[in-house]
Amino acid sequence: MITTPNLTDPDGFFAALMALHEGLSDAESRRLDARLVLLLANQIGDPAVLADVLAAARRASAAPELAPGAG
Amino acid sequence: MSAEPLVYASQTARRARRTYAFLAAPDAERNGLRRVPVVIAGGGPCGLAMALDLARYGVECVVLERANCLSDGSRAICWAKRSLEFLDRLGAAAGLVARGVTWNVGKVFLGSAPEPIYTFDLLPEKDQKFPAFINLQQYYLEEALVERLAAEACVELRWQHAVKAVRQDAAGVTVDIGTPLGDYTLACDYLIAADGCRSTVRSLLGLDFAGRSFNDNFLIADIRMKAPFPAERRFWFDPPFNRGRTALMHRQPDDLWRLDFQLGPTVDRRAALEPAAVAAKVHGMLGAEIPFEYEWVSIYDFQCRRMERFVHGRVLFVGDAAHLVSPFGARGANGGLQDVDNLGWKLARVLAGRSPPALLDSYDVERCRAADENILNSARATDFMTAATPAAQAYRDAVLELARDFEFARPLVNSGRLSRPAVLDDSPLSTPEASTFEHAMRPGAPCVDAPLGSGWLLEKLGGRFVALHFAADDAAQRQVPAGVELVVVRPADDREGLAARRYDAAPGTTYLVRPDQHVCARWRAFDPHALDAAVKRATVH
Ligand SMILES: Cc1cc2nc3c(=O)[nH]c(=O)nc-3n(C[C@H](O)[C@H](O)[C@H](O)COP(=O)(O)OP(=O)(O)OC[C@H]3O[C@@H](n4cnc5c(N)ncnc54)[C@H](O)[C@@H]3O)c2cc1C
Repeated sequence: MITTPNLTDPDGFFAALMALHEGLSDAESRRLDARLVLLLANQIGDPAVLADVLAAARRASAAPELAPGAG
Repeated sequence: MSAEPLVYASQTARRARRTYAFLAAPDAERNGLRRVPVVIAGGGPCGLAMALDLARYGVECVVLERANCLSDGSRAICWAKRSLEFLDRLGAAAGLVARGVTWNVGKVFLGSAPEPIYTFDLLPEKDQKFPAFINLQQYYLEEALVERLAAEACVELRWQHAVKAVRQDAAGVTVDIGTPLGDYTLACDYLIAADGCRSTVRSLLGLDFAGRSFNDNFLIADIRMKAPFPAERRFWFDPPFNRGRTALMHRQPDDLWRLDFQLGPTVDRRAALEPAAVAAKVHGMLGAEIPFEYEWVSIYDFQCRRMERFVHGRVLFVGDAAHLVSPFGARGANGGLQDVDNLGWKLARVLAGRSPPALLDSYDVERCRAADENILNSARATDFMTAATPAAQAYRDAVLELARDFEFARPLVNSGRLSRPAVLDDSPLSTPEASTFEHAMRPGAPCVDAPLGSGWLLEKLGGRFVALHFAADDAAQRQVPAGVELVVVRPADDREGLAARRYDAAPGTTYLVRPDQHVCARWRAFDPHALDAAVKRATVH
């Protein structure tokens, strides 16, 4: 699993992600995210990397929540 | 599983489900005098096949069946290739295949699109004696086994004899039996519990049956109609006639069709079984103009459970008594028949004093693992369909949406992973391999079929230990150790080299095959000492 920055344009990617969800209901967003996860997972393929990614995602959400409007 | 059957008039079905006459036990038994090697509780597919298999090895047994008829209602219809191969060894497959509907292809549809999003062929390797599946009503299979049993002098099948109490000690098992003419007692060396998911024997011994229920309901309608649909498994996600849910269609013989509609977690069973409610679904699926008759309609909910162990002293559990799966994948009876195949030769050896009772422990190890595999597969399929949480729903729908456009998502669609025989990896009976081979036919694998001479390879295997030797020339002969029979695959018989290819064999390659047609060991060269050691290991000598 790559844990160092690997995106050439982080802000651009984040904005594209937000634009993707624009105007969608919660349910629609959820489904879109699910499609995205599945597409990305297939790009990775490697079961060991996928297992690391799943575990890391779960760990991150176990961390204390960000205070609203932090920073 | 629980079912509330609602029977619609159909005389044909009533005739197909035969009844059998009650016969009282002989007087001598009613005085508690008889001891038989094996008593089998339950005359469903597993109990009947168990008796036939034991008869092949000359083991005397008595089958006790509580009912006076074959199985009722909507039960198993899909019989897998592996079951047919086993039933062929029992002399019962030809008639079943002739009567059944042969199919190899499954199609998955999404929404109202007329074209499937996904098609799978369950028999990618052709040139085998049996197809991937036949569809045939469970009562026909039972009827065929009952007919075959009538020819076996060492088996007695007793209708309306119910197991009521069981006691066992180190020396044997005593079974109290209830009949319309009063109770009697039989003693036996081993009791096989094949008495189904609500097993009396399991309750009498106070044994657990742990697992889970799925929070969902399925309407199963067997209907009779003349329809041109092909013999294939059709599965729908979110069809217009069952929005947001699934549906399944299977063809059976006699112009019968199995339709299955997912109803969801909360349902008013009475209302859902109203003829008008059922007709709306059926017409939605098949078109308003198709005339049909009901054969049997009921609502099921499904569970996956298994006993912690299948061997309890001298009481041995097989089939639904030992494990229960949801039907998506047809792993219930097909899994149970593999139990029977696995147990028969072992029990026969133990009873003949040719192996110690410890051989039966391998039944427990091998079939518990196989049951786990069946439970895992059928639970995953049921979870995919039921999608019990919002996240599960989102991912299921995402998979289906992507599957329409992208090939990569199609293997994620789970409408049931259809029954395949278990590979007995890590079996204590297998000899680990010392040479390099392709993985597929490793020790523990079920033997795959191939054309051989004017017949089939699998016809040469089973019922005893076989040394399967791939020879360089047609005149090859080899000396095999006692207890093993030699089968030589000669180039002249393996004309297209399919057997050699499927077994990754070169001249000299030798497989040791168990009586239940699982690979036990394999070598690149013929070595009688290695064969002897492998057989000893497989028979716990
Ligand atoms: C809707 C549905 C669809 C299915 N489809 C398939 C499929 O396509 N393929 C597949 O492989 N499986 C399928 N199954 C599962 C299959 O029906 C079972 O796995 C199979 O019947 C198990 O066989 P068995 O012999 O272990 O038990 P059973 O068939 O349940 O037989 C047990 C027998 O024991 C008898 N008995 C019970 N108690 C006693 C007692 N105290 N004394 C004496 N006798 C007793 C009963 O009367 C019964 O005849 C399906 C099941 C359902 C419900």
